[in-house]
Amino acid sequence: MSVSVTSGSRLGFPEPHSEARSGAERPGPVPPQPRGMMSGPGGAAGAGGGARSGAGAEWGGFEDNLQGGGSAVIDMENMDDTSGSSFEDMGEMHQRMKEEEEDVDAEAAAVDEEDGEFLGMKGFKGQLGRQVADQMWQAGKRQASKAFSLYANIDILRPYFDVEPIQVRNRLLESMIPMKMINFPQKIAGELYGPLMLVFTLVAILLHGMKTSDTIIREGTLMGTAIGTCFGYWLGVSSFIYFLAYLCNAQITMVQMLSLLGYGLFGHCITLFVTYNIHFHSLFYIFWLVIGGLSTLRMIAVLVSRTVGHTQRLILCGTLAALHMLFLLYLHFAYHKVVEGILDTLEGPNVPPFQRVARDIPVVASAVLNTTAKAIALTL
Amino acid sequence: MAEAEESRAGGAAKPLFAGLSDVSISEDIPVEGEITVPVGSHSPDEDYSTLDEPVKDTIMRDLKAVGKKFVHVMYPKKSSALLRDWDLWGPLVLCVSLALMLQGGSADSKEDGGPQFAEVFVIIWFGAVVITLNSKLLGGTISFFQSLCVLGYCVLPLTVAMLVCRLVLLASSGTVSFIVRLVVVMAMFGWSTLASTAFLADSQPPNRKALVVYPIFLFYFIISWMILTFTPQ
Repeated sequence: MSVSVTSGSRLGFPEPHSEARSGAERPGPVPPQPRGMMSGPGGAAGAGGGARSGAGAEWGGFEDNLQGGGSAVIDMENMDDTSGSSFEDMGEMHQRMKEEEEDVDAEAAAVDEEDGEFLGMKGFKGQLGRQVADQMWQAGKRQASKAFSLYANIDILRPYFDVEPIQVRNRLLESMIPMKMINFPQKIAGELYGPLMLVFTLVAILLHGMKTSDTIIREGTLMGTAIGTCFGYWLGVSSFIYFLAYLCNAQITMVQMLSLLGYGLFGHCITLFVTYNIHFHSLFYIFWLVIGGLSTLRMIAVLVSRTVGHTQRLILCGTLAALHMLFLLYLHFAYHKVVEGILDTLEGPNVPPFQRVARDIPVVASAVLNTTAKAIALTL
Repeated sequence: MAEAEESRAGGAAKPLFAGLSDVSISEDIPVEGEITVPVGSHSPDEDYSTLDEPVKDTIMRDLKAVGKKFVHVMYPKKSSALLRDWDLWGPLVLCVSLALMLQGGSADSKEDGGPQFAEVFVIIWFGAVVITLNSKLLGGTISFFQSLCVLGYCVLPLTVAMLVCRLVLLASSGTVSFIVRLVVVMAMFGWSTLASTAFLADSQPPNRKALVVYPIFLFYFIISWMILTFTPQ
């Protein structure tokens, strides 16, 4: 047992496991605590002794194996390299220098006395070289830690992109199927790949729609408008509904909300893709109700299953349903040829027939809202 | 080196390097001479300074490298030259030429000439950055600039398609020309996507290739759409 303690504690890990296994009568959740208590003092003492004896043993092992007597091959790694050319050597030298600082000073002074006379700079060269290497080591370490923190920021998002194509396809199909189970919180996958790709697809479809309807945007670019609209909706409405969910005590996190709304855009993509190419008014309304309605119902069911209380459910789901359905309506009418037709018929003979008006974005928004209201009034 | 020999010969009785933990940097032996590190992958003509050669040689060397990569894109074999020695000259030239050719084609007012150039530029670079980040987050082993390099170079077929479209539009602008343009653009779009997939998909885990290919498909689709709907005024 004592042998295992010494050898295991050098590494630190196997010892707790062996302890826990020997005390098998302990129940599952308890082991972490007694493991810590027992291995603490034993581990520290064992580790200290083990490390020192281990270091001596390891050094001895190296000499025996690598440098046979009379071998012409010199392993530079183990040599005390005074030029300080490699960073690993600099790091080791740092540690050794801290331990035997007096020796360094004494020997450096002796060297300076000996060599300083007949080869002036020789004594300095070693120290200068050491200082330069030291500075390079520090600079390199700083750069490496900066680069690491930059990459660590990307790694924060990595777990949200851990999906398989099959999973993405299943989630896309499930986003159109409302689940009736509202007594238990429904599971939402906190994944960002699918929603991000759906937003970009929506951008591409919008671009297609804007080009075919010859939308002219003066103080912006087509691409900028499409990206701004889609990302603004996804991020903005997600944040707003998350805030409302916080007020209504709903159990949902921000990533889950982003994921839910992103997958809800799948219905929008399908509808717009079909109706931008087939310009039937009634077809659009059918798609709007059926497909838009299905994806909205799915989101509502998920939110209802995670909220308690009738008023809160009503507020949350009413807001989400209104925003989602109105967004689809807006996308269809804002970037579509139909706008000109409706404007012409509604304004009557005041507008000359072939005039194409270049629109600014704010003008478009108000015109569309008016148009939408009139269109709904007409169809009802 | 000399002192190591001495210590080894003199310290035959005690184990070698036993006192190494006590020995610090004792003597300063100047290291002289030339240290050449044999690196296999570098070309052999790099052991002289390139500062003394005539400017024409420098430019021609870079141009040849860019040209070699163009050839790699047009005939996408599985070579790693595109990935290993990445450079962004080719993508810059392609992006600027594509943006220039697409300029001033959409609206009847003069003001829309400016944003058109910036639009194409931003789409290409922003799209390439997004695709690169996406492939890295999905667990790809390719580096950031290598991926940018590949995506930029694979815009070459679409630039060729733009040239062809412009020439066709000079000749006529009816339905026939639209069909010709559609066929050419679709073929070049397929070529671009296949070329970039051939280079990039190898760096992904095998079951996620579809997840990486889809954004590349969208990216080149948007560029192809801009080329196809280009009408000169």
